[in-house]
Amino acid sequence: MNLTLKIWRQKNANDKGKMVDYKISDVSPDMSFLEMLDVLNTELIEKGDEPVAFDHDCREGICGMCSLYINGEAHGPDRGVTTCQLHMRKFKDGDTIYIEPFRSTAFPVVKDLVVDRSSFDRIQHAGGFISVNTSGNTQDANAIPINKHDADTSFDAATCIGCGACVASCKNSSAMLFVSAKVSQFALLPQGKVEATDRVMNMVKQMDEEGFGNCTNTGACEVECPKGISLENIARMNREYLKAGIK
Amino acid sequence: MSGIIKSSIARKVAMALSAFFLMIFLLQHFAINILSVFSPDTFNEVSHFMGTNPLVQFALQPVLVFAIVFHFVMGFILEIKNKKSRTVKYVKNNGAANSSWMSRNMIWSGATILAFFVLHFIDFFFPELNTKYILGDLSGMHNGEFKYYNELLHKFESPIRVGAYVISFVLLAMHLLHGFNSAFQSVGATVGRKEVMKKIGRAYAILIPLGFIFIALFHHFNGH
Amino acid sequence: MAKLDSKVPVGPLKDKWTTHKNNINLVNPANKRNIDVIVVGTGLAGGSAAATLAELGYNVKAFCFQDSPRRAHSIAAQGGINAAKNYQGDGDSTYRLFYDTVKGGDYRSREANVYRLAEVSANIIDQCVAQGVPFARDYGGLLDNRSFGGVLVSRTFYAKGQTGQQLLLGAYSAMNRQIGRGKIAMYNRHEMLDVVIVDGKARGIIARNLVTGEIERHSAHAVVLGTGGYGNVFFLSTNAMGSNVTAAWKAHKRGAYFANPCYTQIHPTCIPVSGDHQSKLTLMSESLRNDGRIWVPKKQEDAEAIRQGKLKPTQLAEEDRDYYLERRYPAFGNLVPRDVASRAAKERCDAGFGVNATGEAVYLDFASAIQRYGKEQAHIKGLNENDETLVKKLGQEVVRSKYGNLFQMYEKIVDQNPYETPMMIYPAVHYTMGGIWVDYNLMTTVPGLYAIGEANFSDHGANRLGASALMQGLADGYFVLPYTIGDYLSDDIRTGAIPTDSKEFDEAEKAVKERLDFFVNNKGTKSVDYFHKRLGKVMWNNVGMSRNEKGLKEAIEEIKQIREEFWKDVRVPGGTDEFNEELAKAGRVADFLELGELFAKDALHREESCGGHFREESVELDGEQKGEAKRDDENYTYAAAWEYKGEPSDAVLHKEELEFKDIELKQRSYK
Repeated sequence: MNLTLKIWRQKNANDKGKMVDYKISDVSPDMSFLEMLDVLNTELIEKGDEPVAFDHDCREGICGMCSLYINGEAHGPDRGVTTCQLHMRKFKDGDTIYIEPFRSTAFPVVKDLVVDRSSFDRIQHAGGFISVNTSGNTQDANAIPINKHDADTSFDAATCIGCGACVASCKNSSAMLFVSAKVSQFALLPQGKVEATDRVMNMVKQMDEEGFGNCTNTGACEVECPKGISLENIARMNREYLKAGIK
Repeated sequence: MSGIIKSSIARKVAMALSAFFLMIFLLQHFAINILSVFSPDTFNEVSHFMGTNPLVQFALQPVLVFAIVFHFVMGFILEIKNKKSRTVKYVKNNGAANSSWMSRNMIWSGATILAFFVLHFIDFFFPELNTKYILGDLSGMHNGEFKYYNELLHKFESPIRVGAYVISFVLLAMHLLHGFNSAFQSVGATVGRKEVMKKIGRAYAILIPLGFIFIALFHHFNGH
Repeated sequence: MAKLDSKVPVGPLKDKWTTHKNNINLVNPANKRNIDVIVVGTGLAGGSAAATLAELGYNVKAFCFQDSPRRAHSIAAQGGINAAKNYQGDGDSTYRLFYDTVKGGDYRSREANVYRLAEVSANIIDQCVAQGVPFARDYGGLLDNRSFGGVLVSRTFYAKGQTGQQLLLGAYSAMNRQIGRGKIAMYNRHEMLDVVIVDGKARGIIARNLVTGEIERHSAHAVVLGTGGYGNVFFLSTNAMGSNVTAAWKAHKRGAYFANPCYTQIHPTCIPVSGDHQSKLTLMSESLRNDGRIWVPKKQEDAEAIRQGKLKPTQLAEEDRDYYLERRYPAFGNLVPRDVASRAAKERCDAGFGVNATGEAVYLDFASAIQRYGKEQAHIKGLNENDETLVKKLGQEVVRSKYGNLFQMYEKIVDQNPYETPMMIYPAVHYTMGGIWVDYNLMTTVPGLYAIGEANFSDHGANRLGASALMQGLADGYFVLPYTIGDYLSDDIRTGAIPTDSKEFDEAEKAVKERLDFFVNNKGTKSVDYFHKRLGKVMWNNVGMSRNEKGLKEAIEEIKQIREEFWKDVRVPGGTDEFNEELAKAGRVADFLELGELFAKDALHREESCGGHFREESVELDGEQKGEAKRDDENYTYAAAWEYKGEPSDAVLHKEELEFKDIELKQRSYK
């Protein structure tokens, strides 16, 4: 199939940037979206133009490196997938596709479609861990039984890949889904309860300092999340925060 | 404690708490107004009680005014901050794909409700304050009978005002369709009961404004 | 260069590690504050090592080319992690895990290392649970286990199909704690482009900031490489797009011997290639072979009809199907080890029985499993076992609960419903057992330079068992390297900070810059990928699942040829002082083009079949095992460590003889 691509081009963080049109032909429906961009880039390089920069790595939907706001949605129109798992069969011959970087003040553009998501890392530095040394002298793994439901809910929260689709989709650029996933994962486990108060306070403080917006519970994040992280995590974090604040 | 007031979650919680107060107030207001349909006398008595009881007047009323002002001011502050958190807009954004119109436009439904408040205050609240506390007439009487019911009928004569009233309440319904659940979500009360809360929220958001609209239309068509 | 000394401690196997820990030198906590360690790579090995070293008190500088340590490709591991916990009470023990690993590796690994790995494996699980890794649990709240190929016990711990992710996020969280405390300086989007050797010791690295293009000098008292495997030399593999050999190859060029480069694991259950545009291959967990049956059509004309789309697999009668694994290996059937399953699939497809348009796919069919489970469920629920629709529905539910996420992934990629029609699978390059040679302390042949995880060669021999990669990465990073590195660093407590203005740093930086400048100034016509794809094709065809002398010699010549063309004709747009992914790729492919040749050279010299390395010349000629791989223990029971001497063809072979004192060498039989 033949497509028109409207792609955000921006030389570096200081450049203003603009949308540029490209035509691409003979796209196979079996291609992944990123493979389609690979083909475009090869054409650009061989023509002597600069290829479009975009983040990607594992190409199997788990590393969280790929981003892209495609036709007005994070990771494109399909559900439960990252951009690397989006296939061209979701589009029709003759379509025009808008491709933009994830937008948020806390995710400044590095180049073209590549953004800097280190704000996420800094939130994790502030408290996304359990303070246990890696000495190997911890107690036996089965010493504390954990209710299966809690363990599973904790796992579900822990599957967040940190891609930033939640922020990109949120009309307020809020990072609540991302932060709450980590807070929930630990809050649900006995190991994590010890420092739950400090964790939620510190992580939220860092989140606010990074310039993310306020959650207004629109639920867009949950819909666009490639891993289906539940909004319930946000409610749980709010509750943890209230508990911590009252203490 | 002091640090958390500035935090995003604390602000959300504050929005939610003021919303809870306003939603309770709305329910109470509706309960009184619906009396006007069944029994004008009871309506007059309750209105007079509410209008003259010192506890209501000097404790609840200031809290109500504060809650209204706070909810609006904070709503606008948050909106401005949220706008700042994405300075470069998307060229193409498909919000409808992942969220309801209501949730994305709380600021507009809210602003409409604010406009309604202005009208409502001019219609009822300011004249009331004037009569009661400037002119010092606490009797609630006009021409020898309670004035409340007649004032109500009088206000619902104009089709334009009734139209504005209906539109405002439709927008209030939309505001509540998102807001009710959002408030509970903000205080973490939806964990494990998401679906039930959704149903309750939907019922409240539709039934209460519908009731107000019913009252307005009822009096408009039956008033004279 | 010193001759290969594995530094394996003396004494009985089971006491070696304890004795060694008791005898090696330590650095006191006050002195650790004066010692810097560079860790390159932040996967399971690098991430866990960085966190642990920082906890011990060293100043750690960690580097990764991704935008966050959490993206390292360890995250993609699905199945699980082995540990000799014996929670199931099924007779597991440290010895049994050790034995399975050595046997699974076809007796080409170092006994002492493997035993140590088995020994610390149980600790890993304790550690991860303490860190909040949400492993799967049973209804009693205790940890659950599953079973993996090639073993007789249930010792695999898992977190659904995302075990690697959860373990990596655990290591990442341990790192975050240290980054927050300022004990780890984290360098994201930085790529190591050379190791700097001062007075014969590794004292730093040259790294490129991938955002600004700036070339940076970083010094330390020791350098640790946890930079993963080199499967991307095949272009198409299950590795991430960015996975590369560059760090390891630079170390090799600076004196680190590269061991057993030809040992590559080709995983049998991957989604087949769909066309020329393909950029990577997706793995489907090995666990699918527990319930799926692998087959191709019995008659060639049926295979052709299927390829042309005239016939559907579901239309083929049972007697027209060839369940070739069950036919060839009645004892293990569909659960033979990965190398055996892969070769069998290739054999059928080469013979013309492949089932997709490219002719390179076989079926993995769940119809029997759906029937079996469906009948069972109907029986349990007291429903009609002969109602076909009902049985199918119930069976599909069971299959969905076991493999739902994998089926969904398959459907997204292939656009076919695997509940209704058999999946198509084909082998793909997955893991490289070879890597930088290290001694018992995980130090390479360059003093002060360490290699851990998939980047080194030590523990898996010629073939890795499922769920052992995660175990090795974390064992190296959490529990082995942090101890053994102290022995070396104890000599450095008075050294003071290493200056970065020495002539060694000058030289290394200059060479790095010259190479980058060359790329952006070269007026070529072809993209980097063009050469990478060509290299991959040669590797896959001649140095892939089955290898022979003629093909390997051809490959060596062809790779040389591609390398020459690459340097003449590659085109890299953009400049050096900016974000330039093509430039980064060019450097990586240049190194793959050298490694590829050494890889083929190693495969050529090893005239035996062992594990993932299959030489067509070395097969059993008769008897029950006719046609199966044949090891040559008399001549090849050694690790081949190659020393760099300029061109890959000049590399010099050093042998580390492998001694098996606690295990008897046997032929692997799955008949």
